[in-house]
Amino acid sequence: MNLRAYGLRHAQTFVGALGRIAAAPLGALMTMAVIGIALALPLCLVVFLQNARAATAGWNDAFDLSVYLVKSADLARTRDIATEIQKRGDVATVQVVTATAALAQFRKDSGFGAALDALQDNPLPNTLIVTPALAASTPAGTAALRTAIAAIADVDKVQIDTAWVERLLAMIDLLRRVALLTAGLLGIGVVLIVGNTIRLDILNRRTEIEVMKLVGGSDGFARRPFLYGGLCYGFGGGVLALVLVGAATAAVAAPVARLAGLYGSRFQLTGLDFSTGIAVLAAASLLGWVGSWIAATHHIRAINPS
Amino acid sequence: MIQFDQVYKRYPNGREALAGVSFKVARGDMAFLTGHSGAGKSSILKLIGLIERPTRGRVIVDGRSTDSIKAGSIPQFRRQIGMVFQDHKLLHDRPVADNVALPLIIAGIARREIDKRVRAALDQVGLLGKERSRPLELSTGEQQRVGIARAVVAKPPLLIADEPTGNLDPDLALEVMRLFKRFNDVGVTVIVATHDVHLIDQFGARRIILGEGRVAVETPP
Repeated sequence: MNLRAYGLRHAQTFVGALGRIAAAPLGALMTMAVIGIALALPLCLVVFLQNARAATAGWNDAFDLSVYLVKSADLARTRDIATEIQKRGDVATVQVVTATAALAQFRKDSGFGAALDALQDNPLPNTLIVTPALAASTPAGTAALRTAIAAIADVDKVQIDTAWVERLLAMIDLLRRVALLTAGLLGIGVVLIVGNTIRLDILNRRTEIEVMKLVGGSDGFARRPFLYGGLCYGFGGGVLALVLVGAATAAVAAPVARLAGLYGSRFQLTGLDFSTGIAVLAAASLLGWVGSWIAATHHIRAINPS
Repeated sequence: MIQFDQVYKRYPNGREALAGVSFKVARGDMAFLTGHSGAGKSSILKLIGLIERPTRGRVIVDGRSTDSIKAGSIPQFRRQIGMVFQDHKLLHDRPVADNVALPLIIAGIARREIDKRVRAALDQVGLLGKERSRPLELSTGEQQRVGIARAVVAKPPLLIADEPTGNLDPDLALEVMRLFKRFNDVGVTVIVATHDVHLIDQFGARRIILGEGRVAVETPP
């Protein structure tokens, strides 16, 4: 058998499988819809995570470090330390807040003006606000930066409040796991759905398979159209899943934009990108193929002419 | 070509179809298997086509004992045998040409060659021009001839037919039998199971008459 004839034969089988789906479109569409919905759920989670990551990327100021110097450090020493910190690669900006400025700010914000007037001298130290570079804006990066800054002479205390950001990142991480788990379980679901559909297809075409076996067709030969059928179910399901995710994204885009607007953000919801879409179609087709392979191999072997 | 050696066949339901059948059919011969229904004609053909396995004894086809043929090699084995069935076993959702082409498609023959050989086979059974018809649009006799065309299209050295004239009127039956004779004339070994004794009286081929699961009478060629 030459390669061209082989390819042609596969093409014919493929067209035949498409033809059979077109001949009974309702059943095939139902199967594809079930696959589509099963795949859409984890994909929606993926879109959510992707947007959550994009939204939180701008939150690195949450990692700002407040560096309190010892009281004895005067303004010149403060500026020296600021320059020293600024030279570090993992630091984006250093802002000097003098004790005087801090006190004025505190007087204004707290309303304790009269009480503060009673103080002999300014109780606040000179302070630096350090913003880490984007690359170092991680819990681990800021922790390292904190240790380094704390080691500098005349630095009294370094404070970061990353707890809530860490909690948020942990939640996103948890959601990512959930998405993976859902995808895994629903992927198995898709294999089973396709397997069951193919099983019914095979039972409906039992006579045809018997005839093929009688005239010398191998199990592989009888299986081939069902493999293409499964591939089509998977691909169709993948397309439906993308449509569903697209519709869901479009449906929540406006409310999300409004919510972001209320927080003073210009954040916009993004859907799945092109390469992810292609990957979804490929994965869906593969799942369909695997499902049909398992079912067809098993059930075709069991059919014997009598 | 075919040799049965003390072959027994007992089905799972307990029915003993063959009880020590022995016979030989030489290459290029034509033989009729006859006997009343239930005498074991179909069982013998099923054992030859490896649709069933003997309970005991040996079946040798083309020099090979069938018990040496594993399940995975059965498709390859069956390609050496053209089988004709009483109920035709055609695919009703495919045109005649596709039905006849099936053994060639399975064998991986190139498309152009397939078309040529399908037309030749249909010509041999007198159905040229019916390529695009669906089997159910044809008469029973025509459907049977489609089945015969499919059985011979891949030029197998052995042709077996189970009651091929069972549903045909006498004229059509005679025509179908002549067809088998013609294939035999060009060197194909042919075994036809039939209960129609009057029909085979018109042919000189040898007869293997079965009774109660054994060979009762065997006429010389």
